[in-house]
Amino acid sequence: MNYAFEIRGSESHIEVHKFRGGAIIIATLLALVIQASFPIHFAKAAVLDLPLIVTIYFGLSRRNPSTGLLLGMLIGLLQDSLSGPTVPLGLYGIAKTIIGYLASSIGGRLDTEHPAARFALTAAFFVAHQGLIVLTRRILLAQPEPWFNMHLVAAALVNGLVAVFLFLLLDRLRRN
Amino acid sequence: MVAIPSRHKSLVLLAGVIVLQVLMLAVQIKRDSEGRLIRAWTVGAVSPFERAGSYGFGSIRDAWRHYLALRNTAKENEQIRHENDALKLQISQLQGRAAEADRLAVLLNFRQAHAEVPMIAARVIGAGAGTASLTIELDRGERDGIRKNMGVITPDGVVGKVVEAYPNASQVLLLTDKDSGVGAMLADSRIQSPVGGQGEPLLVMKYVPNDDTVSVGEQVTTSGMDRIFPRDLPVGTVAEIKSGNPFKQIRIKPAAHLERLEEVLVLLSLRPLDMRKEENSGDAQPSTPGAASPPPTVRR
Repeated sequence: MNYAFEIRGSESHIEVHKFRGGAIIIATLLALVIQASFPIHFAKAAVLDLPLIVTIYFGLSRRNPSTGLLLGMLIGLLQDSLSGPTVPLGLYGIAKTIIGYLASSIGGRLDTEHPAARFALTAAFFVAHQGLIVLTRRILLAQPEPWFNMHLVAAALVNGLVAVFLFLLLDRLRRN
Repeated sequence: MVAIPSRHKSLVLLAGVIVLQVLMLAVQIKRDSEGRLIRAWTVGAVSPFERAGSYGFGSIRDAWRHYLALRNTAKENEQIRHENDALKLQISQLQGRAAEADRLAVLLNFRQAHAEVPMIAARVIGAGAGTASLTIELDRGERDGIRKNMGVITPDGVVGKVVEAYPNASQVLLLTDKDSGVGAMLADSRIQSPVGGQGEPLLVMKYVPNDDTVSVGEQVTTSGMDRIFPRDLPVGTVAEIKSGNPFKQIRIKPAAHLERLEEVLVLLSLRPLDMRKEENSGDAQPSTPGAASPPPTVRR
């Protein structure tokens, strides 16, 4: 079942996608499990942030800010819980709440089906997400953290690239 | 309740969720130096108000202490000023008593040096009411054995003679009065001549012939010829000598401090004084507390 609505009186119609039952939950749990287990076997996989990619995807697809931010909060808090005692509950939660909200808001204004748009948006959201993490660490937790480095750029590009392919898989969970 | 527009509901929800998670963070995080973050934040949030409150209360308290409570301060100042005045008066009285004790000690020493001569100490309680005569009033009179024409002295020298004796007071005519006189002689040349007053600070020695040699600074003592004062009491010092016709005009500075008398000795007898004994006893130091003892008793 597809929904369509008009944004700001424009003539273009943007689709709001619905997913199969349990798809969001399963995708979220899978992302968290893989995120928690994969880097153990393949250290360089730690550069990926699969929960973030899932948050961005469902935010862009659902295009409802409230749903997007609540999903982002849930995924973030779960990620915090799985990250061990060194990461306080709320660190990823705050960042992914905001990213979920932003993705949902932007998803209602832009065509996010194109792979290039998905790559760019994911890379940008990754940088924003890391920025929020650093901001939270520096301001709220008083933990010194560098704002920007080349590793961040590379990670953003990798996550954007992975997101392009992952989004295609996740598109299959949509209801037609 | 204020209705939130639907397009803002997600923003409100976002804010609420963020705040909740921030609080959750704060509860978990424990800083080494400040304890739990929620505590640090709470203290940080509340402390400005506490500081402002403290400043406000401090200002009010200071204002109260420095301005509104000045009424009490003014009262205290007034009380302290009164106490200060009372203490000053007390100090003045004590100083006066100390000075009096010194003077009485001198009188006592003088009297003890001439124990064979009956005399009585008296306090000067007044002075002559008019300018026509130079008199003082003493606090002792007939009941103390004082009679008219008795000599009055101080350890320094002759003061005058009693001209009136009342039961509890007596009046003394000072040596400087115009009508006053004392039988005297020059201590070195032994030339005898009465010395009298002129109503002014210096005395006059009246009958010294121009041929006699007199020098300025020469001591003048009583001669005992007036039957009021015994011999060899200091009268004064020659201050000025002028040739006259037929007698010299000799002016004498009184030995006693007639202008500031407070205690005197009234001679109850005409027995002569031995001034050598007095000179020996003059070395005695006055002003011991015991020296302020009661004046010598009357010897009749």
